[in-house]
Amino acid sequence: MGDISTYNGSAILAMTGKNCVAIISDKRFGVQYQTISMDFDKIYSVTPKLFYGLGGLVTDMQTFSSKLKFRTNLYEIKNGRTMEPAVLTKCISSMLYEKRFGPFFVQPVIAGLDKDNKPFIASMDSIGACTFPDDFVVGGTAEENLFGMSESLWRPDMEADDLKHVCTQCFLAGINRDALSGWGAVLYLITPDGVIREDIEGRMD
Amino acid sequence: MPKFTPLDFKKGTTTLGFVFNDGVLIAVDSRATMGPFIGSQTVKKVIEINKYLLGTMAGGAADCYFWERYVGKECRLYELQNDKRISVGAASKLLSNILYHYKGSGLSVGSMIAGYDPDGPALYYCDSDGERIKGNLFSVGSGSTYAYGILDSEYRPDLTVEEAVALGRRAIYHATHRDTMSGGNINVYHVGPDGWTRYDPVDCYEMHYDHPELAIE
Repeated sequence: MGDISTYNGSAILAMTGKNCVAIISDKRFGVQYQTISMDFDKIYSVTPKLFYGLGGLVTDMQTFSSKLKFRTNLYEIKNGRTMEPAVLTKCISSMLYEKRFGPFFVQPVIAGLDKDNKPFIASMDSIGACTFPDDFVVGGTAEENLFGMSESLWRPDMEADDLKHVCTQCFLAGINRDALSGWGAVLYLITPDGVIREDIEGRMD
Repeated sequence: MPKFTPLDFKKGTTTLGFVFNDGVLIAVDSRATMGPFIGSQTVKKVIEINKYLLGTMAGGAADCYFWERYVGKECRLYELQNDKRISVGAASKLLSNILYHYKGSGLSVGSMIAGYDPDGPALYYCDSDGERIKGNLFSVGSGSTYAYGILDSEYRPDLTVEEAVALGRRAIYHATHRDTMSGGNINVYHVGPDGWTRYDPVDCYEMHYDHPELAIE
């Protein structure tokens, strides 16, 4: 069957800007070399200001996102407020480490604005080891490609329009060199005024 | 005795060829992959053996390219010695004999030899297992099953050249759409009584967004 974390293929990228963040994922759902579906995005919303993407094995993405939905809903009911990005990150991290010896094969990427509208991004591996950079985070099979593009195109304090443009171009160039991800993309641009969802055309081969 | 481990230089591919009343049509994709990494989208997977003979590439790039060039040399020597062009059958057998000779050594070749000789158009499938089959319609590579899906439902022997080119392109396009390891440009060749002609490469991206009518019919 080959490597389980490259069984379905995925690509996720999140970038920070000035008072805004963007998160983008590809839309392919495939089984090894066969593309099954082309409208399968991998980004989930927790609040209108907080999103996360899951790369990796699709069956685990579905199970894990359901479990997380239960936890975030319960948090809201118990505490009477929505989850902050840092809290969500710790929540995902501990849920993943619970399964240290039989992990969910997912690579989470978190993007959002905190209560002061400060950009927040984080990513982690499948057993919950977090990173909190202040520029960009990536996940999925196109990880190396996306790192290379983002490393050269990202710059500090981009306005929302620039961020959208840079994020999209980094993502498209990255996935175009990865056979297991692509087939279009979906972008969420999160600003204090609200979130914009945009479908992006990509190569369909 | 240490077991010989074959080198893994295989790449995903979709190639197809069919014989029809006006000659042979060859269509190929142009993606080269190294594992999941896309190395190139502009590979030439049709090898021009001579003016009347074409070979396609699937499997190991170097194996296909080297041995098909080698067959080209042998074909030229045959011409000089016999004062006539080699038949497609004989040319494909030169390749097939070489591949059979190397059977078990790890060569990876899945090739179609297409051409025109005094008996008319001909198409042979040769591979590194030593197989050599004459036929009217073949598709080779990781995307071949998808291409067969289109070809089997729309192939007719009385296709015009234009219709054949469109069918070849469409079959490759649909294969690249579903097969991750195939993509990039689509190259098409037609072999007629006066030799082969190459058609302009079409990018799968353009076919999908700018000319959907080419892709869907």
